[in-house]
Amino acid sequence: MNVGKGLTRVDGRAKVTGSAKYSAEYALPRLTYAVMITSTRPNGTVAAIDKKAAMAAPGVLAVLTHENAPRVKNKVSPGDRVLPILQDNLVRYDRQPIAVVVADSFERATYAATLVRAKYASAGPARLRFADASETVTPARPGLQAKRGDADAAFAAAPVKVDNRYTIPTEHHNPMEPHATTAAWDGDMLTVYDATQGVSRVQGRLATTFDLPTQNVRVIAKYIGGGFGSKGTPWAHVILAAMAAKVVQRPVKLALTRPQMWSSVGYRPRLEQRVALAADASGALQAQIHEVTMQTAQFDDFIEGSAGQTTMLYTSPTLRTSHVAKRLDVATPTFMRAPGESSGTFALESAMDELAYALRIDPIALRLRNYAETDPETGNPWSSKSLRECYTLGAEKFGWADRPAQPRAMRKGNDLIGMGMATAVYPANRSAASASATMHADGSVLVQSGAVDIGTGSYTIFRQIAADAVGSAYERTVFDLGDSSMPHSPGSGGSTTAASVGSAVKAVGLVLRDELIALAVADAASPLHGRASSAIEAADGRLFVRDQATVGETFAAILARQSVPTLSAAADSAPGPEQKQYAMYSFGAQFAEVRVDADLGTVRLSRMLGVFGAGKILNAKTGRSQFLGGMVWGASMALHEATRYDERNGRIMNANLGEYLVPVNADIPAAIEALWIDEIDPHVNLVGAKGIGEIGITGAAAAIANAVFHATGKRVRDLPISPEKLIG
Amino acid sequence: MRPFAYATTTDRKAASATLVQDPHARFIAGGTNVLDLMKDDVEGPSVLVDINALPYHAIERTVKGIRIGALARMNDVADHPDVKALAPAVSSALAQSASAQLRNMASIGGNIMQRTRCAYFRDVATSCNKRSPGSGCTAIGGENRQHAVLGTSDHCICTNASDFAVAFLALDGVVQTIGANGVARTIPAGHFHVLPNPDPAIETVLHAGEMIVALDIPASAVARNSTYLKVRDRASYQFALVSAAAGLTLEGGTIREARLALGGVAPVPWRASAAEAMLVGHAPSRKLFEAAAKTALVGAVGRGKNDFKIALAQRAIVRALATVGGVA
Repeated sequence: MNVGKGLTRVDGRAKVTGSAKYSAEYALPRLTYAVMITSTRPNGTVAAIDKKAAMAAPGVLAVLTHENAPRVKNKVSPGDRVLPILQDNLVRYDRQPIAVVVADSFERATYAATLVRAKYASAGPARLRFADASETVTPARPGLQAKRGDADAAFAAAPVKVDNRYTIPTEHHNPMEPHATTAAWDGDMLTVYDATQGVSRVQGRLATTFDLPTQNVRVIAKYIGGGFGSKGTPWAHVILAAMAAKVVQRPVKLALTRPQMWSSVGYRPRLEQRVALAADASGALQAQIHEVTMQTAQFDDFIEGSAGQTTMLYTSPTLRTSHVAKRLDVATPTFMRAPGESSGTFALESAMDELAYALRIDPIALRLRNYAETDPETGNPWSSKSLRECYTLGAEKFGWADRPAQPRAMRKGNDLIGMGMATAVYPANRSAASASATMHADGSVLVQSGAVDIGTGSYTIFRQIAADAVGSAYERTVFDLGDSSMPHSPGSGGSTTAASVGSAVKAVGLVLRDELIALAVADAASPLHGRASSAIEAADGRLFVRDQATVGETFAAILARQSVPTLSAAADSAPGPEQKQYAMYSFGAQFAEVRVDADLGTVRLSRMLGVFGAGKILNAKTGRSQFLGGMVWGASMALHEATRYDERNGRIMNANLGEYLVPVNADIPAAIEALWIDEIDPHVNLVGAKGIGEIGITGAAAAIANAVFHATGKRVRDLPISPEKLIG
Repeated sequence: MRPFAYATTTDRKAASATLVQDPHARFIAGGTNVLDLMKDDVEGPSVLVDINALPYHAIERTVKGIRIGALARMNDVADHPDVKALAPAVSSALAQSASAQLRNMASIGGNIMQRTRCAYFRDVATSCNKRSPGSGCTAIGGENRQHAVLGTSDHCICTNASDFAVAFLALDGVVQTIGANGVARTIPAGHFHVLPNPDPAIETVLHAGEMIVALDIPASAVARNSTYLKVRDRASYQFALVSAAAGLTLEGGTIREARLALGGVAPVPWRASAAEAMLVGHAPSRKLFEAAAKTALVGAVGRGKNDFKIALAQRAIVRALATVGGVA
């Protein structure tokens, strides 16, 4: 069996040697270069754009503005976003795309862009504070306004309670690979190389926008340098690249600059969360109240569901959650790694820590006291849950028993030392997906699905699944993805790709194998002739009789006798009734140890440990990387990340990786580890995997914040935890 | 980036003459600063005169101390055994600067010429008196967590970004230059940078075409017992929130000489002379250091988001002095 092994990622060599081609690296013949220009005002209109000087600059082919850009369809269904694609002169936020310069070289386009002058007519002062919102939106989406009993009354009556506000600033994803689109038209056929998490979604949006049949658009994404949600939906630059290519009648490449990664590709919205928890003297929760307020755009409706996990993580007789969004002069937020659970667990798991101190109960004991044996909201059984084992193993490996209960009890030199923990949780979702498989005359196998490997290891795990399902040798099995002409796959997001596409890959592999078995048992020349299909097994590219392995032959030998010596299959896999019968989640326990300089307030991580129960781990090596990457993201959220708006004019003032802080290697301790519980989940999907791209971040920021409290006795509820919040 | 010409030179005189004739011409050595500014459209030089072929790369032990050629690279200076032994604060300041890649590229002369990281200076969509005199300082009242609390004016509250320059100042470094007219100048570090009052666009005392050729660090007991403390959110690759370079010599239990300079708090590397004077003649103690730290921040003005720097700088001073003063 290949599934589960820590096989090295198949794309690793191509990536480290530079042969992996990313979307900005297709040197198409007659390629031209587009540079986006963004607004420097938060609202109002573009009164005029002077492009004379730019048009006169060497090599310039076109300057697109709202005045001359081709008219296209923008948002046509509720699921689309409104994109700033030069269809009107409205300025909706600072750094909104307002023009595109196309030239015969990147340098010339960049220079010409500096010559374009926009004049603005202002609509009024920037609206950046929640208090200045033009509208407060209360979304109706199911689950966002949950209610169980009378939580406010129960809270008022309970003997022990905590009630606090937690804030998270705007955070921008910043994958290593900035977004880039290369677009080429051939008549009314459009081919696009795009840094996207989902080729089908981009294909659909481009077809709608340019009023083309879907099959006229082909989207290719063979390698992606990280997405984290920011490449989950098509953004303005994708449309603008295709639009520019149409105008100049040559292929166009539009690659965002790093500062433009703060302009138009989404972010996690600034959030304020009130969490009120009440318990009886034994620590049993009596009430949970989780109110979420966040920023959203004037022109779109993205909501981060940060209180979602609060409805299902702990038992509580009463509960109330709410979400509201404040419309501000900002770009639209979007999914950012564990949208909801990452921000929500920071607030909820900080509050649980505060409650543990109020009760004088160990934080793990408090969580076990309120352990949910079934889904508290639906009453459904869990498809599988190993959270108790995660707490136990984590506590043992981390040395939790040695932790003094009192804060500020450990010191070494100038450093105050603290240990914290938190619960991790993420839903195990899946979508319908399809795959195709071909067996060649030599017995080698090609499996395809239009999925995208955003750097997580999809190429590798699907090859492992395919090889095991068909019974072909791993070395003679190829898995390919990243092309909208392949069978449909959902976008790579929500930790669903392994479950969704993995199930389709396994299904198609089994179909292919069964087709081959049918050929063999019906073939008089085969040693397997006349055997029951159910008695045949496949392994290492060979069919044989179970319990009698010498009776059999290779895939190639079987195919050689066929008139057409190849075999193909297709399969779809979709979620079924189990979705309503079981509650499906991954769980985990996060542990962190910090050292806080007692005088200077600097926080350094000394240890991190995550223990997860997340179904079948398909590849031990890439799986561990996923968990660790998530934990590092949690560290970044806790200690570093903050998009800093100038609230007077709505302009982001740290749109670069020098001043938008993320951890460097020196910030991540050598003592960081991810472990998992071997979990067999027969209900969740065909491959038993729950998806692990996001659970690693959940709980991590709270574990660190809780460790900082344990070290210092200071509770920081406003991220990031920076020195000025600790030296006061 | 605007179009520009690029020229290499082996002739210092000709290089300087180019800058005198063309006020938009600039020297380039490592380029780690000027290229950034060009990409951000903050600077648009007509010509970059590459001076890397000039003979100013050596790091030498001299009778008086260490002479660092202006073109020596930051990492080479940081790792040099004489620098480590004679001026540990300088070595440490450099090692904590930027990233390894930048330190391998950036020259030491360029380091003390580097321009502020003020986000408003670097964003041409905003007003800045340094970029465009008279347009106003947007950092005042804005996102000013990184900004200065000492030596500011209503024209400018930026900070000088160099770590090296702080240690260099504390250890009484001297900048050696040759003017376009061929005349050599010796400029003490304390006179090299200029406060942004009245004109934030003027940052140093250098004249057009004047070239830094070497930086001298005098050897002394106080330089040998020096340290550089840099406080920042993350462990590497970040400009200082605050920093302190400190050196002390002790004789018979009392402080004989004291050196103290601060970074991240002022538009120029900031020498805390009054605090130094307070220390001399007294026995090192936490109390004494705290009093000196308080003196060093007299007159500091917070602008909102950087208010914390006033307290944080004092704590950094105490820690740095305690480190070289042997006080736990």
